[in-house]
Order: sequence, then structure tokens, then C-alpha cells
Amino acid sequence: MMHFEFHVEGGNFTKAGAASSQLKKILKQLNVDPKIIKRIVVALYEAEVNVVAHAFQGDIFIDIDTEKIGIKLVDQGPGIADIELAMQKGYSTASSSVREMGFGAGMGLPNIKNNSDELKITSEVNVGTTVEFVTYLNQ
Amino acid sequence: METGNFHHALKIREDLCIGCSHCMVVCPTEAIRVRNGKSVLFGDRCVDCGECFRVCPVSAIIIDHDDFNHIFDYKYRVALVPAVFTGQFPEDISLRQIHSVMLELGFTHIYEVENGVEILSRAINDYTESHSENKPLISSFCPAIIRLIQVKFPALVDNIIRLKPPLDISAHFLKKELLTLGIPAEEIGIFYVTPCAAKIAAIKDPVGESTSPIAGVINMDFLFNKVYRKVKQQNGQSCAIPVSGKLSGKATCWSLTNGEAGQVGGRCLAIDEIHNVIEFLEKIENEEITDIDFLELRACDESCAGGVLTTSNRFLSVERLRNHADSYHENDEPAHPDAFRKITSESEYLNERISIDPIKPRSILKLDENMAEAMKKMEKVNRIMQLLPMVDCGICGAPTCQSLAQDIAQGEGSIQQCIFIQKIMEQKGEMSLDDSVEVMQSIWGFGKTNKYRDIKGI
Repeated sequence: MMHFEFHVEGGNFTKAGAASSQLKKILKQLNVDPKIIKRIVVALYEAEVNVVAHAFQGDIFIDIDTEKIGIKLVDQGPGIADIELAMQKGYSTASSSVREMGFGAGMGLPNIKNNSDELKITSEVNVGTTVEFVTYLNQ
Repeated sequence: METGNFHHALKIREDLCIGCSHCMVVCPTEAIRVRNGKSVLFGDRCVDCGECFRVCPVSAIIIDHDDFNHIFDYKYRVALVPAVFTGQFPEDISLRQIHSVMLELGFTHIYEVENGVEILSRAINDYTESHSENKPLISSFCPAIIRLIQVKFPALVDNIIRLKPPLDISAHFLKKELLTLGIPAEEIGIFYVTPCAAKIAAIKDPVGESTSPIAGVINMDFLFNKVYRKVKQQNGQSCAIPVSGKLSGKATCWSLTNGEAGQVGGRCLAIDEIHNVIEFLEKIENEEITDIDFLELRACDESCAGGVLTTSNRFLSVERLRNHADSYHENDEPAHPDAFRKITSESEYLNERISIDPIKPRSILKLDENMAEAMKKMEKVNRIMQLLPMVDCGICGAPTCQSLAQDIAQGEGSIQQCIFIQKIMEQKGEMSLDDSVEVMQSIWGFGKTNKYRDIKGI
């Protein structure tokens, strides 16, 4: 079992993707199937961008064992009022400045769902959101 | 040390190498180490990009090509020349002069590689339309890039377009044409004039194809010197007439940056220079960049005009080729009666042979085949990294602290190679001065560590 942690700064799109790049490097070194790496990295990238676009800051906790990869993102931010609505494709609360940068198309959460095997979202308005997802390695 | 079973055109000449580590520092796949005062190549990591060849101050890195006299083993000696070869010469030397000198040197036929573009450009557009599931599709043109993707971006191997580059298409056409004329196969020798090491490796050890119709490879700098000298000596007289038709503008510029991307439909992007390509592929792999249909990726700056075996300044070569392309008119020079037919007259034959097999990943990044073992090794790498100074000085004979840590975890290095660790161990009495000098000598050789014994004479 290996554990990794990363910090995410809200509003800094220059650094968005740093954690997913790091995780990709780790998974390649661990000889994980490239197709599974792709799913995990895409899901984490989406989740990372969500924190950058919406929250003040967040932390990423990653647990890796030979069976599965578990990823948990805990952010301090506005929270999600209606998670079911946020899960719908194309729904976004992103500001127009975020959209201008090419983010905020409302594909984030649905994309995480498609690229993971288990997804759990808990949120409290004006406190923050926790996104947890698991991807199994022996599919 | 693992050397791998892959053919490499790049070789390090131990007798010339001074162990200066310039090559080790620039290698984009960290394939070089210094041992006993000489650079050593990890064959399974090398992608034949030639960055090491560019920086070697003593020309100890050589690109292994065939002996020129090897062409005389064949009765029919075809020079398969890329357009950038013409770009090597000053504008006042005509294509006619270049070609006639080549015939005098012993070739019986000259054919330009980019003729194959007429077949390929159509095939690529059909391919991109029918393979939208693997987008962005990546050009198979540059063999160093194919190898780079295999070793560093294994998840993207399926994005590589499984079509032969113009070189192979033209070679198949030439062979067919000469066979049709009744020439026996054993008398045909097709020789490719290469601007880089990667093309040689691709011919001697093809990826996604079992055999190549090309008999041998001649380095472009070698042939350029031979031809240019003769042109100079002849003072502008030319005796023989070239028999090949003129390349179209599209074909002339194919090997230059944007040569392919400018001809393919959809959203296309052209990226040259290997570090730029690596940076972009990282983003593609993370799906940070989506909606691109086609990627033209080339290992050299200014693509083939910047090949490691070119002589002329790459920007001048590009200028000359672009001028050629701009002045092209389909009917301005009638083809010689002995010229090869238009390559499109064999479209059907060539299209049957245009596909390459799936390209297999061969990751150099994995620490072990077995994930549990790989995790143990990664933990070891992380522990070692805590001890290393993270200055990437290269004194240990590895390009970075990270690469030394990985070498140690793989049992191919020791922590005493680090000069910082050595100093601390000496201070604590855990290592003698003699032992530390011995370690330095095992990395940098006797000469470099011994000359400092005369330091008092300064």
C-alpha cells in the first residue's frame, strides 16, 4: 500500500493538472495497464480542475495497492447545493472568466463518473466538497 | 546493464569518447550513463533522436551507415533521396546538377522520397475519417517519435496512424517499377539518403513492418560532401540529364514543419523538436487537450531540415524548399522519356501495402513487471531521493538524482556514487578518501581523477 498527498490551490489554472501528471508518472512506474492509467488520470484531472475552478483550496489523498487506486479530494469552497443536478452533463456553475479559459463546460463530474468504478460525493454549502472515487486495476 | 535488442544507428566510439557527459545531460529519455570515463548507452531507452550526436565535442558518437561502395554490389543502383537533400545546396546549384553528379558517382537511378506523398496524403485523409475513435491521430512519419511514444507514452501507441511514411511507399514503388522492366530482384539496390539516425534504425529494425525493400542507407552529410566537391570541381558543367519528374509543392514541403498538418483535414497541429513534443504528449495523455484530429510530431527543430546529418543551416534549407514549392507548375518541365511513371499509376498496388501492424508499447518507465515488486522499488527510490541533494549535477554518472535513485533501486548503481553522500560519509569516518577516489575513478576513469595530483605545479 502506498500513499501520496497533493495540495491544490484554488484559482491557479497554471498548476491545474500537476497532481494528475505526478500520479500518471507513478502509475507508469508501477507498470499499471496504460488504459487504466488513462481512466484514472482523466478522472483526477477533472476533479483537480473542479477544485481550481470552484474552491479556495483543496487536498488530494491517493492510496495505491495492487488491487485498486482510491482517490479522495477534499476542498474548502462553496460546496454543491444539488449534487444530482451537478452530475448532469453540461450543467455548470462556472463563472464566465473560467469558461473563457476553456474550462467549465459542465463535463467534470460526469467525466469522473465515466472514468471510475465507484464515485461518492458529499458536500456542504459554503464549507466544501469531498469527492472520492475508486478504480480497480484488474478489470 | 540492460542493453536491449533494438537496433540503434547511434553508436558511441569508446576510443574517441572523453567521458564529458554532454550527451548524458541532453538525452531526452535518460538513456546514457558515464562508466569508467566513457558514455554508455542503454539500448532499450534510446529512441535514436540524435540529440547526443549534436552535442558531442569530439565526434565520438557516430551514425552507422552502409559503406558507399556497397552500392556497386548491385547492377541497378537507385538513390532514394529526400527533398531536404536538395535544400543542403546553395540556391545557385540546380537540381539537375546535383542529380547528374550523383549519376556520375555511380547511381543508375535517382528518385525523390516525397513522390510517395501523392499516395499517402489521400490515404491519411481516408484514415482520419474512418478512425475517429483514436483521436488525436498521430503521424507515423518520424521514427524517433514512434519510438518515443513506445517507450514514454505507451497509452498513445494506438493513436499512431498505421500507414507507411512516404519513404517506404516510394521504395515499394521503385522495386515494383524495376521488376516490371524485367530486372531481377537481386540486381536492384535501393539506397536511402538519410538526414537522421532514426530513419536508419527504422529501416534496419522496422516497427510495425517485417521487412523493408531498402538495401542500404547512406548518411546525408557524407553524400553531400561527395556531391558538393564534385560540383565545385566541375565548375557548373553538367553532362547527364535527370530522369525524375518534379515534385509537387505539397510533396516538396512534406518533411518540413506543417508539411503534413497543412494537408490533412480537420483540426491539425504541427509540433517540432523532441522536448516540445514530450511536453505536448504529456497533455494529450492526460486528455488536457482534446478535440484535435491530427498531430504532426517531429523530433528535430524545423523537422527534417534540422536532421542531425544535415549540413546546411536548417532555416536556409527550409527557405530553399519553400521557394521550390512556390515556383512549381505542373507542366513546366516535361518528364524525361526514361523517367519512372507517375507513382499514382500504381495506386492500387501501393494502397494494398500501405498499412503497418499495430505498434506495441515497450515502456521504459516501469520499475518492475510485477506491480507489488514495482511498489517496493518505488518506495526504495523515494527513500533514496530523501538522501540525495537534488541538484542534478551528474557527478554520479547519471543525468539526475532521480535517475541515480532508480539505478540504485534496480541494482545498477550505488549511493556512494553521489559526491554529496561521499563527503558526508568521509566526514563521519564511514568511507576512506581512497575509497571515495576509487568510486570517482569507476565513474570518470583514471585520467580525469589522476591529473589533479600535479596540482602543486600550477
